Amino acid sequence: MRVNVHVNGEPMVADDVWEGESLLYVLRERLGLPGAKNACEQGECGSCTVYLDGITVCACLVAAGQAEGREVVTVEGLSEGRARRRGGAHDRNPRPDPDADGVAGPRLDRLDEVQRCFVEAGAVQCGFCTPGLVVQAHSLIASASRVPEDAEIREALAGNLCRCTGYEKILDAVRLAAARVHARAAAEDARTVPGGADD
Amino acid sequence: MIPFEYLRAGDPAEAVAAVAGRPGAAFLGGGTNLVDHMKLGVAGPDLLVDVSRLPLDRVEETAGGLRIGAAVRNSDLAAHPLVRERYPVLARALLSGASGQLRNVATTAGNLLQRTRCPYFQDVTTPCNKRVPGSGCSAAGGYTRYHAILGASEHCVATHPSDMAVAMVALDAVVAVLGPGGARTLPLAELYRLPGDAPQRDTVLEHGDLIIAVELPHLPFARRSAYRKVRDRASFSFALVSVAAALDLDGGLVRDVRLALGGVAHKPWRATRAEAELRGGPATEDAFRRAAEAELAAARPLPGNAFKVAMTRNAVVATLRALAEEGR
Amino acid sequence: MTVWREAVGTPAARVEGPAKVTGRAGYTYDRPVTDPAYAFPVQATIARGRVASIDSAAAAGVEGVLAVVTHRDAARLADTGDAELAVLQSDEVGFRGQFVGVVVAETPQAARYAAGLVRVEYEQRPHDTELRADRPGLYAPEQVNGGFVSDTDEGDVDAAMEAAAVTVDRAYTTPMEFNSPMEPHVSVAVWDPGERAPGGGFAEGARLTLFDSTQGPHVVRSTLAQVFGLPPERVRVISPYVGGGFGSKGMPHAHNVLAALAAWAVPGRPVKLALTRQQMFALAGHRTPTIQRVRLGAGADGRLTAVAHEVVEHTSAIKEFAEQTAVGARMMYAAPNRRTSHRLAALDVPVPSWMRAPGEAPGFFALEVAMDELAQACGLDPIELRARNDPEVDPESGRPWSGRHLVRCLREGAARFGWAERTAPGTRLVGRELVGLGVAASTYPYYRLPGSRAVVEYEGGGRYTVRIGAADIGTGAWTALTQIAADALGCRLRAVRVEIGDSDLPAATVAGGSSGTTSWGSAVVAACRAFRHVYGEQPPAGAEAGADMPDDPDAERFAMHSFGAQFAEVRVDADTGEVRVPRMLGVFSVGRVVNPRTARSQFIGGMTMGLSMALHERGVLDHRTGHVINHDLAEYHIATHADVVDVDAVWLDEEDVHAGPLGARGIGEIGIVGAAAAIANAVHNATGVRVRDLPITPDVLLR
Repeated sequence: MRVNVHVNGEPMVADDVWEGESLLYVLRERLGLPGAKNACEQGECGSCTVYLDGITVCACLVAAGQAEGREVVTVEGLSEGRARRRGGAHDRNPRPDPDADGVAGPRLDRLDEVQRCFVEAGAVQCGFCTPGLVVQAHSLIASASRVPEDAEIREALAGNLCRCTGYEKILDAVRLAAARVHARAAAEDARTVPGGADD
Repeated sequence: MIPFEYLRAGDPAEAVAAVAGRPGAAFLGGGTNLVDHMKLGVAGPDLLVDVSRLPLDRVEETAGGLRIGAAVRNSDLAAHPLVRERYPVLARALLSGASGQLRNVATTAGNLLQRTRCPYFQDVTTPCNKRVPGSGCSAAGGYTRYHAILGASEHCVATHPSDMAVAMVALDAVVAVLGPGGARTLPLAELYRLPGDAPQRDTVLEHGDLIIAVELPHLPFARRSAYRKVRDRASFSFALVSVAAALDLDGGLVRDVRLALGGVAHKPWRATRAEAELRGGPATEDAFRRAAEAELAAARPLPGNAFKVAMTRNAVVATLRALAEEGR
Repeated sequence: MTVWREAVGTPAARVEGPAKVTGRAGYTYDRPVTDPAYAFPVQATIARGRVASIDSAAAAGVEGVLAVVTHRDAARLADTGDAELAVLQSDEVGFRGQFVGVVVAETPQAARYAAGLVRVEYEQRPHDTELRADRPGLYAPEQVNGGFVSDTDEGDVDAAMEAAAVTVDRAYTTPMEFNSPMEPHVSVAVWDPGERAPGGGFAEGARLTLFDSTQGPHVVRSTLAQVFGLPPERVRVISPYVGGGFGSKGMPHAHNVLAALAAWAVPGRPVKLALTRQQMFALAGHRTPTIQRVRLGAGADGRLTAVAHEVVEHTSAIKEFAEQTAVGARMMYAAPNRRTSHRLAALDVPVPSWMRAPGEAPGFFALEVAMDELAQACGLDPIELRARNDPEVDPESGRPWSGRHLVRCLREGAARFGWAERTAPGTRLVGRELVGLGVAASTYPYYRLPGSRAVVEYEGGGRYTVRIGAADIGTGAWTALTQIAADALGCRLRAVRVEIGDSDLPAATVAGGSSGTTSWGSAVVAACRAFRHVYGEQPPAGAEAGADMPDDPDAERFAMHSFGAQFAEVRVDADTGEVRVPRMLGVFSVGRVVNPRTARSQFIGGMTMGLSMALHERGVLDHRTGHVINHDLAEYHIATHADVVDVDAVWLDEEDVHAGPLGARGIGEIGIVGAAAAIANAVHNATGVRVRDLPITPDVLLR
């Protein structure tokens, strides 16, 4: 069957999709977006977490047909708003960016806040759980009206298994990102509310 | 390639007709259980009828109660203000199940109908009467940590894995079903079966029956209710045992009580004996213990799960104690 | 002598961090290959016997299936000496889950479906998968992992135990455990067939490229070259991004060979093979279960007179792997009478292998719980007991320590953790929770493996490239090597690019034994120095120099080990027995820390894996079938984020002047060692219940 799906803001079409394929497979093998990872195939690890119509799901358990006509955002879609797809997007050995001190891949200032905080806080090790965690953390922060409590963060991320980091630095990264995002939102509110700003 | 069809149903009647007309067809809700089972080879439907987008996704207030559409997502239901206010046991049970991502997708009806997590059921290389009737039960004599202590049979010792259903059974929930023969309702407690000699059947539903809603009756004292899940990990694991309870106190006496157990049987286990023991009696730790023991007198633990008897008893006592303290 | 100026010792951000957080890091399965086909294995459903017949007609008839390969038609391997890697070479079945075939198809779904249609009949023989201390046929291996002797015996342990004022004599057990890296084991095989040899063998002209998730591209290359009878230069292994391994990707496993055999069967097509999570439990190694008897004899003052650590564990009947569980007891404490031994049961089980801190991780659970029991028996504080038994020199070799700071770690940790608040066992109830504190010692040897080489090239424009076929499985080695090279060249971090993860790069040893950064780092330092020696500070573009890792004469003169102190607080639910760990602290002495940011994460990650080992992890072998029945992440529990509350790690500010040019002893494994014992000791302090069998699940503490 044919599956039409908006991915990271672009309309995409996958043809000859077998009805039993998962959304994860469609993203990775047909649409050239291998950011979401396949680690357990049964919803038990969260490595394949993506947004589906604005909520986070395990893409491995979404049948391709269920994604028809829907909006998907993957980890690739969080930085610079849009993903680069296909050809050359996947670095073998990263080259240092002349503007970033020893750092390879995209520059830090081009990343989403959650992604940037994961790098800054040292929340990344092998990186295989990272794309799913970044999306789940992004969703937690975006949906909260305040900086979440530690216990809320832990529970919200309990479906994203990580075998390397011991989670501590992930918690730090999410705290940091939440604080920055909410501070920025508060500052914007202050600017837009007459008399609400100090200046 | 693999023979397989997918159909997105436009309305419930179309969905029912599509499944009823084909022996190998199955309803697809959130997919968190069925899609997994298809990969594992546990399930092999030749037609999936997607009911996840049917207009059954509303929570509506009824006469003092709630009507929950079958397609309401677990996370939405847990967050619903009326659920949190009137049935905290249900919100807590929902939030203690699975992970955020799975709750975002899993539907109310799908949660009720999820199948056992018995590892032998899920592994097609081992015999299992639930998966292949007559092939034998591998769990008996095997790994039984998560298995039943109440109501099991020689053919099957599996447990029902849902948390939500335990809370709903305690709340006297009623299920609305649309089948090939029309609509009907039945108490949720009667939806589920004990394994007996036909463990392949989890419920009394017939092929083509579609759950379209769950109704929670008016139960004012459920505002003081709790769900306690005992598990091997702090999150994201199935219950060793769980307790759903609502307690209505009249001074130091138990005026009324609702009590259901999870992780102990082939179905969410309504603890009617314990409830009878408690009603009208003192709300004391001793009384809670006696009630739990009355319920568990029928327990027949397996070599690998004898601990569940004491664990269930203690969890019942702890849950009721906490509710009683909350009421003082 | 120090060359460290700006980069080493600083918390540089991970060089590949941005690539990983954006999903752009290409792991093995993500790498684009042209026109791939997909493999799905057929696994044995018996634990021992032979394949009597195979009917693959139905599978072969599935649309999209390209080949069904079994032992009847698989290409013949040149070397079948390693039974784990002798894939599809005979009809013998040595464990349940072993490969008996593979289906190659146009899609993974078709391959999987067809694999389920392959009908295999077996001639089953009786199997035995159960480890017991009293079973017949236990044997002493010639040596245990790491090249250590199986048994040691000094003095007279029995007499010393007889004479001791205080004794502990207990059995401890740990279950079968699984590395469970988040990235499954994946291989993508691409053949350039050369002239096909008659009879289906591998022509000398054949070339194999393997994209592989591995801890050692060069190790995989040399092993597979031998298995396939190819010169090593005709095998290339590429793996820049590896999603964890913890030892399970330290050596090639059967799936590497299966992927190559599958690709050989479909000429012109790259073949992608990813083990499913379930398959990993039979095919990607595991930690043996252990039964450990520890005997400690001491005077009333707690001074040890005898230490005996005797271990029974399993290996696979088809291939021996002997975990060095008792080796740590040889050097840990001063006692004139010491005995250690390892006895193996060769069972019809999957092949065990390396899992983070093989030996020390299970061994120090037993030893350090026994020390806690001894402290209790002597009425001594557990820290004081360890201080009294801290040896001046290595008891085993008699060599001086290059730096043994265990007692400092313990005392520093006690002060930071609030150890003085610890109360008598079972006396601290907060609400409905019993609260307790526990401590355990930790150690891990310094390994620097020979065989690494690095090459430095000046690109012009102030930029250098350093090449070494190392692997960063999440450790931070990629970043650390960049820092080391920057300082050794005397340039800015941003001027250096390090290339790793490819066997076409200069040889490098495996990422294992916490040896990566020290071994590869020493080679990088040597190469940078050689480069400056030849070209000075103003090299021409294209200038290149390399060096092998230099010898380390001090390694022969000193006993070199890292040490640590592990602290844990537990809360045990008085009603349900559920254990939660609100706090853990590790204080480590590891020599120089190259990058505090990545190092802290490594320590904390190791400690958390220790927490997971203490409370959650247990592989369940169903002895009726030889099957690991809880073979997925829903049933084989590893700690989730909600299980980890406050885990912190600190380290002594030091340099081990004997540990090569970096002064670093390695950090990857010590974090797990002793962590489970600290938690078990804290559980005892909380409840008064001594748990000697892992994991500590709620039922054990139920009252």
